[in-house]
Amino acid sequence: MSQTIKDGQPGITPAGFSGRESWGEWFDRHSGTFFIAPAVTLILIFAILPTFYSIVFAVSRVKFTSEGLTFRFVGFKNFAKQLFGTDQVHFLGKTAPVSPVGVAFFVIVTAVVLWWLYRSLKVSTWVGMIGRGISAAMAIFLAWILGASQLSGNSIGTLYTTLFYVLCGCGVQFLIGTGLAFLCSQPIRGKNFFRVIFFIPLMVTPLGVGYAMKMVADITKGPFEPVLRFFGLENWVWSASPWSARLVMMVCDSWQWIPFIFICILAALENVPRDHIEAAEVDGASRIQIFREIIWPQIVPVAVTVLLIRAIEAFKIVDLPNIMTGGGPGSSTESMTLHSVYVWRANDIGTSAAIAYLLLILTVVVCASFFNYVVLGQLRRPQA
Amino acid sequence: MSQSRFKFEKTNRSLMERLFEPPTVGKMSLVAKVVVYAFLAIWSVFVLFPIYWVIITSFKDATAVNQGPFYIPFVDFQPTLDAWRSQFNTDPYCDLVSVARQLYLLVYNSIAFVVSPVLPLDPMEPQICKIYLAFTNSIVIGIASTVFCVTVGSMAAYALARVQFKPKFGNILVFVGLAVLTILATAFVGIPWWASSTVALALFFLLARAFGRHFTRSLGNGDILFWIISQRILPPIVVVIPVYVMFQAVGLLDTHLALIILYAVANLPIVVWLMHDFFVNLPIELEESAQLDGATRFGIFWEIVLPLTRPGLAATTLLVLVLNWNEYLFAVFLATVKVQTMPIMVAAKNAGEKGVYWWEMCAVIVVMIIPVIIMAIMLTRFISKGVLLGAVKG
Repeated sequence: MSQTIKDGQPGITPAGFSGRESWGEWFDRHSGTFFIAPAVTLILIFAILPTFYSIVFAVSRVKFTSEGLTFRFVGFKNFAKQLFGTDQVHFLGKTAPVSPVGVAFFVIVTAVVLWWLYRSLKVSTWVGMIGRGISAAMAIFLAWILGASQLSGNSIGTLYTTLFYVLCGCGVQFLIGTGLAFLCSQPIRGKNFFRVIFFIPLMVTPLGVGYAMKMVADITKGPFEPVLRFFGLENWVWSASPWSARLVMMVCDSWQWIPFIFICILAALENVPRDHIEAAEVDGASRIQIFREIIWPQIVPVAVTVLLIRAIEAFKIVDLPNIMTGGGPGSSTESMTLHSVYVWRANDIGTSAAIAYLLLILTVVVCASFFNYVVLGQLRRPQA
Repeated sequence: MSQSRFKFEKTNRSLMERLFEPPTVGKMSLVAKVVVYAFLAIWSVFVLFPIYWVIITSFKDATAVNQGPFYIPFVDFQPTLDAWRSQFNTDPYCDLVSVARQLYLLVYNSIAFVVSPVLPLDPMEPQICKIYLAFTNSIVIGIASTVFCVTVGSMAAYALARVQFKPKFGNILVFVGLAVLTILATAFVGIPWWASSTVALALFFLLARAFGRHFTRSLGNGDILFWIISQRILPPIVVVIPVYVMFQAVGLLDTHLALIILYAVANLPIVVWLMHDFFVNLPIELEESAQLDGATRFGIFWEIVLPLTRPGLAATTLLVLVLNWNEYLFAVFLATVKVQTMPIMVAAKNAGEKGVYWWEMCAVIVVMIIPVIIMAIMLTRFISKGVLLGAVKG
């Protein structure tokens, strides 16, 4: 925990009283405030204030006129347009004919969430119940959208495209990153060489990654053309079908972000004490058994923290879909940030701010839920 | 008992044992080694191949790109320097004199901006070829915002590690309420922003004292730290639209200062988080003995604490520098002509009338990513010493 240096009284030094406090001493007594003031001021002016100002944009119709900006209050019309109105298919996806599979999925998820809410009534405070209620509402809403759109055979919108990038992307990246870290933590030579090589994609400019991947994934001129011809797939255009475009986008995003998980999990693996592992080896356990029973329980706190950090960053994806497919066939690979950028370019600033705000709500609820129910649960568990 | 045979390592082992069982504890069997190295080699190829492809495409000409994939220079195709020459020779101002002039222009324009209320000076116009302009802008903005961010962030992290803060809940409520009122007044009622902000600030100082006595519940250092770090969850798109309007009102729209401040704020949470971890792990006895000897807080920070955390500081600086170099969304919204950074320039090359010239684009991409790759290699040295990962173990 942090410790404090006791600030002395003005005018008292170890040598005795010295009269009134000087200007330098006054500064030193309030040094804590002066040290933290620039950071707090910057965050207040450039992060908190714009967040509040954005609400004003989102609830008005904004026009650039000769005198500057005019705001006309329209209430929640910008939000309603995304959720119920003309932009619903673009944002939420097509929810019209709902199939029985979709309804069944929705009913099952709602039942599980309500049962979880009921169970936590006994263990949680009333503030906690509000938080759980918000998480439950978001889960039920997302289950409805998924059931009505994808599981009923309809198309999905930018909301679920973003969630696809986050959930499936983070899952794949976590599995491959942990696997790589496990391989790299074995007693092999050249560990540092692999560490350097595997770290590079994380730092390459996302824009550069987008263009590089666009060239590599090109069907006619790219390096995979002989491979595709060998499999008889030379007429397959990955950017023409929504799901293959999303899949390619996820692969390219994973190329860039697997190193992050790799580095963090590798560091955690190297901190597992070697004597536990060697004792298990002497007893004849296989490497898989050692990983499952000894190593994994010790790295779970780090793993969920890394997953949380990666999920927070994943919600902001914008460079890759913009460059590689320009939003995809139609708008299939648009993430919510990209959707907001396109609407901004169409000069509808109010709607752009509304979509940005919906992204903020989604990110905060999903990440805070994951943090509260998974990360804190793991961190509170006593270490073996 | 005299005829018992012990199995020592590497003698009298059957073929299956040699292949599948580890020779000793802490080593791997042959098959395991082959499998592990194979997977790692496959992944290395997967990682390096796009970068390799970009580099060799920058040395191709039009036919080598359009006729299908050619993989190895000198064997499949003849490498040329056409793309590189066209980037650096199309403008007349592609020499070091222009770069020097550009740096002088930045200093001169900043001074002109600062003294502009008193002494109106004409700002200089840039006269430099595009790629040098973008590169200098990226370097200047990257370094300036990194220095600014790390300074502000480590000072805040040190304060959070050593000084107990107790912000009162009442003060925070008053502040939030006044901020909302200011925004509503400026947007809907039409009061100019400087008037409403000044009134709100004055009201805050008046009301804070009154509310502070009623709502005495206060928060602590952990809450402030959580608040700063949680700013990372904020999607930049939420912030950038109002910030565009704010900067436009002040006239800072296409300037370096706007990007420097915004990049610094975007990366402040990371710096505070990492540096707080380093400062908390320093033993406090050094600082206490220095304070007994009469050192000021800033003196302790500058002379004692920072030199002790030099590896952590260097690693954090490199990380923030890389993040600032790669930043694209803020630059797209706020930088139009004069302040183009490298990512903007690369994206602008995408919109050509004759289609995309991949080889020229690759040349620019190589210029953009080579500095970051070098910084990444330097950063790996810090990470392999375990410098940055203490924060994640958290």
